[in-house]
Amino acid sequence: MSLLNVFGISESAVAAQSQRLNVVASNIANANSVSGPDGQPYRAREVVFRAVPTKAAQSPGSAQSPAKVEVAGVVESAAPPRTVYDPQNPMADAHGYVELPNVNVVDEMVNMLSASRSYQDNVEVMNTTKNLLLKTLTLGE
Amino acid sequence: MTNPLDNLLHFQGEALKLRGYRQELLAANIANADTPNYKAVDFDFAKALRAEAQGTGQSGAAAPGGAATGGKPQVQYRIPAQASLDGNSVEIDAARAQFAGNTVRYEAAMNTLSMQIKMMLSAIKG
Repeated sequence: MSLLNVFGISESAVAAQSQRLNVVASNIANANSVSGPDGQPYRAREVVFRAVPTKAAQSPGSAQSPAKVEVAGVVESAAPPRTVYDPQNPMADAHGYVELPNVNVVDEMVNMLSASRSYQDNVEVMNTTKNLLLKTLTLGE
Repeated sequence: MTNPLDNLLHFQGEALKLRGYRQELLAANIANADTPNYKAVDFDFAKALRAEAQGTGQSGAAAPGGAATGGKPQVQYRIPAQASLDGNSVEIDAARAQFAGNTVRYEAAMNTLSMQIKMMLSAIKG
């Protein structure tokens, strides 16, 4: 039953988008954390998505089958940290500069909106499919 | 398939099956709207349904159109109107429109099938 597989696909996307939202929340929350557990400033994180073909359709003839979404990993941003001149700060170096996290709050807000929209899209797909399935169950009545 | 009841319901049944499979593909496109290098997929519904209908016309033999891949139609990549930098070819607005369209068409096939069942029931009951 193809329609039932839709739930698996959309659920994987919802899970992936929610993890992306989680990472965005962590980045925004720590936008000013000058020191983490290792004594270094917090570094912005980003999730990497990957498409995983569903098993049921993996026949040798057709390479393209409906694909679920998977979080391949969470990578740390390689952007240089922001530096601010603040000699009063206890974390300041010998020249009076403090290293702040390389979080770009504007980027994170855009990321958050995109994740939120995608999440909503997939919830809507699930709702629509649920209604279709319920109607299919009453076929002939 | 010589049973007249089967003959009557078969076409809409096949259409419903293909619509369901297309729904799955389109849901996967929406799910992967943010996945780098994902390519949007779809299939030619008219061609697939024609192949299914012809396939049964030859008493279950494989259709010449090449639809004999376990009942699954040949899936193809969609050509996007605008390319994106991350190699993803899903256009979310188009994908959602296709999804909504397919939903309505699925319901249409379901309604027709429902009518045919009712017609047969009234013929049986009199």
